Order: sequence, then structure tokens, then C-alpha cells
Amino acid sequence: MEIKKGIAVSPGIAIAKCLVIDSEDYRIPRRSVGSNQLSGEVQRVRDAFKAAIRELSLMRGEYKRIDRSDIRDIFAVHLRFLRDKSLRSRITSMIENHSVTAEYAVSATLREIASSFTKVKDTYISERATDIYDIERRVLRQLLGSKREDVRSLTEEVAIAAKELSPTQTAGFDKKFVKALAADVGGRTSHAAIVARSMGIPAVVALEDLTETVSGGDTIIVDGNRGIVIVNPDNETLSKYEAYSVEFVEMEHKLDTLREKPATTRDGEHITLLGNIEFPDEAEMALEKGCEGIGLYRTEFLYLESDHEPTEEEHYQAYARTISFFRDKPVIVRTLDLGADKFTQSKRFSREPNPFLGLRSIRFCLQNLVMFKTQLHAILRASVLGDVSIMFPLITNLQELMQAKMILRDVMEDMDDEGIDYNRDIRVGIMIETPSSALTAYSLAQDVEFFSIGTNDLTQYTLAADRGNEQISTLYSPVDPAVLRLIRTVIQDAHKARIPISVCGEMASEPEYIMLLLGMGIRTLSLTPPMIPEVKQIIRSVTAEDCSRIARKTIGMNTERQISSFLRDATRRILPEAF
Amino acid sequence: MENKICEKEVTIGNADGLHMRPAMQFVDIANRFQSNIQVSNNENTVDGKSIMQMSMLAATVGTKLSISAEGSDAEDAIEALRELVEDKKFDEPAPDQEAGHSEKK
Repeated sequence: MEIKKGIAVSPGIAIAKCLVIDSEDYRIPRRSVGSNQLSGEVQRVRDAFKAAIRELSLMRGEYKRIDRSDIRDIFAVHLRFLRDKSLRSRITSMIENHSVTAEYAVSATLREIASSFTKVKDTYISERATDIYDIERRVLRQLLGSKREDVRSLTEEVAIAAKELSPTQTAGFDKKFVKALAADVGGRTSHAAIVARSMGIPAVVALEDLTETVSGGDTIIVDGNRGIVIVNPDNETLSKYEAYSVEFVEMEHKLDTLREKPATTRDGEHITLLGNIEFPDEAEMALEKGCEGIGLYRTEFLYLESDHEPTEEEHYQAYARTISFFRDKPVIVRTLDLGADKFTQSKRFSREPNPFLGLRSIRFCLQNLVMFKTQLHAILRASVLGDVSIMFPLITNLQELMQAKMILRDVMEDMDDEGIDYNRDIRVGIMIETPSSALTAYSLAQDVEFFSIGTNDLTQYTLAADRGNEQISTLYSPVDPAVLRLIRTVIQDAHKARIPISVCGEMASEPEYIMLLLGMGIRTLSLTPPMIPEVKQIIRSVTAEDCSRIARKTIGMNTERQISSFLRDATRRILPEAF
Repeated sequence: MENKICEKEVTIGNADGLHMRPAMQFVDIANRFQSNIQVSNNENTVDGKSIMQMSMLAATVGTKLSISAEGSDAEDAIEALRELVEDKKFDEPAPDQEAGHSEKK
């Protein structure tokens, strides 16, 4: 039995067999396979090489037009390596002689070759090892890509352990069988955490070396309440946890009885609770948890789930399905927010040195108009099916907003010509998630019909702290005085301009921040559906008056630590079982 | 068909040595010939038609390599490879042609 401590990012308790997912950027652990599986592993190597050659040939085609002989040479060299028979036979004989997985054989062989370069004194030659690592990654990506298929077709309940989970990996999860997530790195707002909360399964991150400790098939306990993972528990621990898990489910049920009750404060102020969802099949769960609409419908899954760019019809079908659950309840569709953390590097031709400050989100859309218009066309077509709004993410300045709106008008005109029906009065709003948009909120408010504050990005951009980097996780906090000041400004400007404002970042699902947000004037929260009952319970236990007093008190506090401990104490008095 | 064996010693003449691109040029030429081609430095003998094996020789400037070919077109193969390494120097600058080259790297 081994106990690993991490950060609890999604509540609940799961006891299941472990499935380890390898991530392309890390060393592949050595795992043995049975002799009857060896020929299968050899075939996987062949297929992976074939697919890698195909992928690379396509990419080389893209670069033919560009006059960069250096890049063309790199592709040519890589292709020759992939076609090199002696490389392949070295890998397959490793599988056959040492009974290892295809991944391990590929990784070990190529790393051995790379090390023969790094030993050479000449720096120019020793740097060529990076080419070998590139080839390794390319082949591994093919192998792991097929492993994602395995995750899609699970037949028993598992707890997933990974170094780090990427959106492409989680998009393939079969929700019936994935019972918990555990990752070596990450924080409260890392992708694994968000996915786990939206799926309503426990998750623990920042476990450091979990993936080196567990092997596939080990029994693990993922305790998303206390932030621990127990590998191969002894019988005593196991039975203790089984009892604990039953208790927890009972508490959840108690919260579920709140579903039919309104989210109204004790002094009669109604708070609108909307859901953040990504997949159409989350829509039903959102309704079950009692949300009054969708405040953030993420659309990235369409791009991450399939190997081709989604067609207009695919967009439309997904939106139509989600909207059909909500009928007259509002659904706010956020346009593509791909890039940086949400865009796998494999889809890029060149790595951006600073992706979070790079071509992501609305910026990416404005430079890929065909793709952007396809999505807008589908949203507009679906707009007649319910109460649909459009929300542009990551707006940095007014020009960008005007440009996005102009493109929307273009699409509307096209649809007029095509004779396709759509809601002409569709509401258009933006996410406030850059400091620049927060600071110019009043002028932006003149051109939109609503704001939604995306606290995750707003926090990371304001504090210049990467939300996925656990080494600076103490810096990243939405209740840092600087972030709160921006949030306050945005709320005041929205009120002045008389447009609705909501908060849709992770902050809106944190029990300890709810009173503060209400106190600052927020009346609409959009959050991950499983957290709705708990947040509702807080709302029903407080008065708007209490909240204002709490918010006022934080204005005088100068440190994040002071504010967060003050808020935690205040919430603990209201809802002790949340902690 | 007549089977010939030819051998030739060549010296790497370009400043950056036998890195990826030169290795690619070498195997591309070697693969045009039907003969078996082997290349050795002091320690190892490798297949001159495999980019992996060739690049693992990691031959720096000034390294002596011995190329041997066995087959009907062995002579032509040796000559073509010698030309690439010694005359064309992989279409790359030699150390003396580019002053301060090695310090730059």
C-alpha cells in the first residue's frame, strides 16, 4: 500500500482498477507484455511508422510552397529515418527479445540512438539528438493515438492515471467507465480538474510521481475530498473507504434534494445559476442538477474529438442536440477557444514560443475565417431552436470585437442570400478574461449585450502566472487584490452600461468565493453542473446584505492570504460540511 | 553478373561533419546502387544505405571513413560517394572557407 498526496480538484471517492495513460512528452515506463501479445505490438509499430510517414508526407506537401530549404531538409531526413528498415528491425527485435510494449521499444531505441549523438564532443552533431527526439515523439503520438481508442472502448470501470491529461485524451473518455482521474501535475484549473468536475467524478492532481508508482491494473483509491491517492490499499483501508464512499454519496443525495428549490437568498434575492458544459450529453446532467440554462457552452470538443475539421452540419447537430434539452432556457454558445492549453501541439506546424500570449481563441478564429464562419453559420442556424446567444472569448480590444461582429454580420448576409432562417436579434456578448478588456469594459459594453467574466484567464493574465504550473500555484488566485479590483471594475461598468453580467470561470464554482461574488453585485453564476447544489445551498443560507458586507471588508485587505482565509472562515460558518 | 569488391578511404571535409543532412545525401546516393555498401570508422562498421546507422557514426570534420562496396556497380558507387564526401563536401563549407566557424557553434 502506498499513499500519495496531491491537490483535491474534484470531490468524491472512487475505488477502481488503474489505467495509466502515457503522455507524449514524457519517458514511457517499461511495461512487459505476454508472449501472445508480441506480434500485436510489432504490428502496432509497423502501423505507427506507416501513419507517421503519411502524416509527415502531408506536412511536407504543405511546406513545398514555402521557400525554406532547411525545413524541407528536416522533413526529408525524418522521412528517411521512418523508412529505414534497420531502425524498424531494431525496434521490433527489442519487442520480441525483451517482451516490452511498442511504446517502450520505440522510445528506448530512439533514445539510445539519440544518446550516441549526445556523446559526441562536437556540439553541432550532439545537438542533432533533438531530431531523433522529434522522430520519437512523432511515432509515439501515433502509438498513443491508438491507445486513446482503447480509452474510448472500455469495458470495465477504471481510474485514469496520467502524467498530465490533454483535452484530446479526455475528449475520448467513455463516461460510463471512467470513475476518477489522477495526474502527476496540474492545479485546480488544469484541464483534468475541469473535466473531472464536469463529469462529476473525483480527481486529484499534483501527485508528482504517481505514474511511476502505479501499474495498469493496480487497485487505487482516488479521494477527491482529501486530495490523496492510495495505491494497492490493504483490506482495512479498503473497507474504511468503502464506508466513507457510501457516506459521501448520501451527502450528495441530500444536496440533490435542493434541485427543485430556488437559488434565492434568505432576503429574497434570486440568483440565476447556469451550467458550464462542453459535450451535448452533459446537458441532461446539467438540468438534473438544477441549472436554469447554459452560461458557457464550450465548443472545442468538436475539434478535439475527430480527426478532421468539423463540418457545418456536425456543428449544427451538436448544438441542436444541446439546445433541444433546454428549449426556452438560455444557452450561451462560446465560439472556438482553441489554442495554448487547448490546442495540441501536433496540430501546429511550429511551436509558438509563448502560446498563452499567442495565436489562440478569437485571435485564431479571426485569422481562420473559413473555420470561424462555418461555426457562426451553424450557431445561427441553430438559433431558431431555442434561446441562443453567441459569446466571443478572449477579446483584447474594441477593434477585435468589431471585427468579430462584422464577420457575424457577413455570415448573416450570406444566410439571407441562402434563404436560411435564423434569429436576427441573437444576443452577442463577450468574455472578459484579459486585463485590457476589463480595463476598457465600459467602452466594450456599448457594443455588446452581455459580459461574462472568465476568471481563469483573467487571473493568469493579471498575475502573469501560468495556471498549470504548480511551482507558482501560490501566486495564482482569483481573490488576489489585483484580480478582485479588475472584477469590481467590470461589474460596475456593466451595471453602468445596463448590460447583464455573469461569472463563468472556476471561481463561480468555489464555495468560498460565492458570497464575495454576490456581494460585489453578481446575480448570475455559470458553473460546472455537479457543483450547483452546493453553491445553491450557500446562496440559500445567506442574505444579500451579509454578502455585501463581506465584499466590502475584502476591499481593505491587501494580501491574497488575508482575503482567502477571511472568505474561508465566512463560508465555513455557513456551510461547515463543504470543508 | 560480375561481383566486385572496392574500397576507399575518405576524409570528412565539411565543417559540420556528418550530421543529418549529409547523412541523408550519403544514403540517397548509396541507395542508387545495387551493391552492398559498408562504411566504417575505427570502431564500427555500418550499412551505408541506412540513415540511422550512418548518422550514428557521428563523424566530425577530419574523420577518416572507409567505404567498401560489393556488387556489380561497386566501382561507380565508391566514386560517387567519394565525390560527395571529398569534392562536393556535401555542398557545405569546409572549415577553412568560413573563418571562426567552429567558435560560432
